[in-house]
Amino acid sequence: MIKKLKLWVLYEIVAGMWLTLKYLFKPKVTINYPFEKSKISPRFKGEHALRRYANGEERCIACKLCEAVCPAQAITIEAAERADGSRRTTKYDIDMTKCIYCGLCQEACPVDAIVEGPNFEFATETHEELLYDKEKLLRNGDLWEKEIDAKLKADYKYR
Amino acid sequence: MQDLQTLWNLYGFETIFTVAKILCIIVPLILTVAYLTYAERRVIGLMQRRVGPNVVGPFGLLQPIADAIKLLFKEVIVPTQSSKLVFLLAPMITFILSLLGWAVMPFDKGLVLADINVGVLYLMAVSSLGVYGVIIAGWASNSKYAFLGAIRSSAQMISYEVSMGLVIVTVLLITGTLNLTEIVERMQNLPWWLELLMLPMTVVFFISILAETNRHPFDLPEAEAELVAGYHVEYSSMTFALFFLGEYANMILVSATCTTLFLGGYYPPFNIEALKFIPGIVWFLFKIASLLFVFLWIRATLPRYRYDQLMRLGWKFFLPLSLSWIVLISSILVYNDMLY
Repeated sequence: MIKKLKLWVLYEIVAGMWLTLKYLFKPKVTINYPFEKSKISPRFKGEHALRRYANGEERCIACKLCEAVCPAQAITIEAAERADGSRRTTKYDIDMTKCIYCGLCQEACPVDAIVEGPNFEFATETHEELLYDKEKLLRNGDLWEKEIDAKLKADYKYR
Repeated sequence: MQDLQTLWNLYGFETIFTVAKILCIIVPLILTVAYLTYAERRVIGLMQRRVGPNVVGPFGLLQPIADAIKLLFKEVIVPTQSSKLVFLLAPMITFILSLLGWAVMPFDKGLVLADINVGVLYLMAVSSLGVYGVIIAGWASNSKYAFLGAIRSSAQMISYEVSMGLVIVTVLLITGTLNLTEIVERMQNLPWWLELLMLPMTVVFFISILAETNRHPFDLPEAEAELVAGYHVEYSSMTFALFFLGEYANMILVSATCTTLFLGGYYPPFNIEALKFIPGIVWFLFKIASLLFVFLWIRATLPRYRYDQLMRLGWKFFLPLSLSWIVLISSILVYNDMLY
């Protein structure tokens, strides 16, 4: 009887409409993207960067662990002895269109040289611009050093 | 020459005056249609805890204009297998028919373009013709999705027109006239129990016009999941825009019809004396806007009906209900000797 009555006065539909009406006045969850951005975790895996030591020396020792571990084979490294006798890369390329942003290169690196930074806004108009070379990666490192350092420090105690 | 002169003297001024009046209705109407699409996206967005379009212009207010410009500059694609003339005619029919009904709509007491004495019949005729645009579009596209959508749409519109017509008959029984202005006037001084009896009919009518305009939860002709977009899959650019505008203009038209027949037209709600100082047209537009909000509100709330449920609701529920209501109301009217 009650069920029949509920059906005839459209109880369920009115209840549902009341719910949506309440939602009309609730605060919105949308982030107004270009103007406000969501918080990024210290473990966020964004654009790659090659870091330097404080004295300006590049960290990478051309061990090629990242190249070996990379599941997408996006990294290409060539190494040679430098004038002062230390082993350095002559070529460090990452094909950002092959990269799957798994972060294994960062995990493999023994000297914290290759790091995935917090930047995710590096879209380009051509494919070629996404084929990063050593120069571009080092420049990224210089550009994002502060953020990358903070992010590595924040995550350090959980490793 | 002499004849032309007399013709001009007889009708010239009146014709120009009428055309001006028509423009006064149609131009704001088309603007309202454009902003109805904006309102829809905004209201549904807010109900889903999103923001909706807010980038183009202040509060996104220029969004409909941007959409219109985008659609205008797209290419009109006419499928090779379609019958060209009819294919291009169908959207025009839909759009024009959605505007025609406004000729008899009383905006205020005496403020009506054509105060004809069969206004209700005219409205029913125009809304019935609306099926043609849909079915012609479905047939001319020569595509199975469009065809199935058109069949669904026309079957749905025809079945709900039956109960819509019967609901309107109850109104006509009470008022005893087909003129819309007179209906509004006579609906004003009804005894309270008669108004209460009309309440379920108002709900039935509102649900029927949801189905009539192919809106949620009865938007089966456009069911994206199974029919892509229904009868207008093959349409692009301005031909598509005409269907789109036609659908929204139809929404406004049926809301206006509902307002006039059931919600007291241009009178303030419940005929409150203190609110009479506000002109009738404001109340008329306010009531239409409220109904349109309910349209959008329902779309944000309810899921789509299954087709057999839709048909069951129309033929096994609304039809008997409105028929028995006619009998009920007419017997009450005869018993109380209130027939006009």
